[in-house]
Amino acid sequence: MPKVKSLDELRKLRDQVKDDISTRIETGTTIIVGMGTCGIAAGARETMHAIMQELESRQINAHVRTVGCIGMCSREPLVDIEQAGKPRVTYGNVYPDMVPRLIEEHLKNGHVVDEWVVGRKTTDDIGL
Amino acid sequence: MRELSQHILDLLQNGLEAGATRLELDIDDDEQANLLTIRVCDNGRGMSPETVKAVTDPFFTTRTTRHVGLGLPLLKAAAERCGGGLTIASTPGKGTEVTATLVRDHIDRAPLGDMAVTLMGVLLSEHECDLVYRHRQGGEVFELDTAELREALDGVPLSHPQVRPWVQAYIREGLDGLNGAGA
Ligand SMILES: Nc1ncnc2c1ncn2[C@@H]1O[C@H](COP(=O)(O)OP(=O)(O)OP(=O)(O)O)[C@@H](O)[C@H]1O
Ligand SMILES: [Mg+2]
Repeated sequence: MPKVKSLDELRKLRDQVKDDISTRIETGTTIIVGMGTCGIAAGARETMHAIMQELESRQINAHVRTVGCIGMCSREPLVDIEQAGKPRVTYGNVYPDMVPRLIEEHLKNGHVVDEWVVGRKTTDDIGL
Repeated sequence: MRELSQHILDLLQNGLEAGATRLELDIDDDEQANLLTIRVCDNGRGMSPETVKAVTDPFFTTRTTRHVGLGLPLLKAAAERCGGGLTIASTPGKGTEVTATLVRDHIDRAPLGDMAVTLMGVLLSEHECDLVYRHRQGGEVFELDTAELREALDGVPLSHPQVRPWVQAYIREGLDGLNGAGA
């Protein structure tokens, strides 16, 4: 039987996180997943899950955010990657099996995966 | 949608889009009564009686990004297909309550599916919101109250990359610990 997680355990984790300076440095990346009806029906929740698993297994401290419908229903699941000082890149039809390559190339190597891109926004454009 | 938990994510998302600061989700998985009841309650902007009447029509939406709303009509169809239905009670300025009832052992009933990831989809939303989730099954209840978690976290966000996996595992363990085979 696994030990049931307790709020005490969460408090310990909180203290670790507060002490850990490296997380604060690395969190300049946010991955945004569209969660409107079309997104969910196309599998956006599973894509989000794959993103969280990939980040966890590679110990990458990026933020993950969900937003409502972005309005490109045929391109769902839609995933945006936002990094400090770089244009925000929107990827379309991102399914779970594409996530490892996306994280590897965009986050680790710093290369945009052009063939999957459906839009780009510079930071001074109005957000999607 | 393949899982009811995807519809649930969609319902909770509607609450967030309506500006809710508090969401309540009750799932009653009653094997004896052979019913599965899903109730989502929010304190968002609510709907007028005309809107309530119109929302289960797939051509109604107040969104501007697309001209049809799909979420509620899809869930209504899924519930009716398995001997149940969908009811909406809403008060402008106060909030909305959506209840879906399904016959549990109906052959067309989709599995509940992955509730832990569904809740993460809400907890990671750009709209920060408190969530109370109660899941009854086999005479037991699992309750999650994000206000409690946030208090324990003392300013560290639930969405923090190192906290996020803990929260998901916490929900999964809580649900796995309930009696009997869940829906
Ligand atoms: N919880 C709620 N509070 C207030 N208004 C709501 C709520 N749920 C639905 N609505 C209203 O009903 C409309 C239809 O909802 P529905 O979920 O069917 O479609 P939608 O959210 O517009 O689009 P989508 O297809 O992405 O779900 C919404 O546009 C909104 O105006
Ligand atoms: Mg909706």
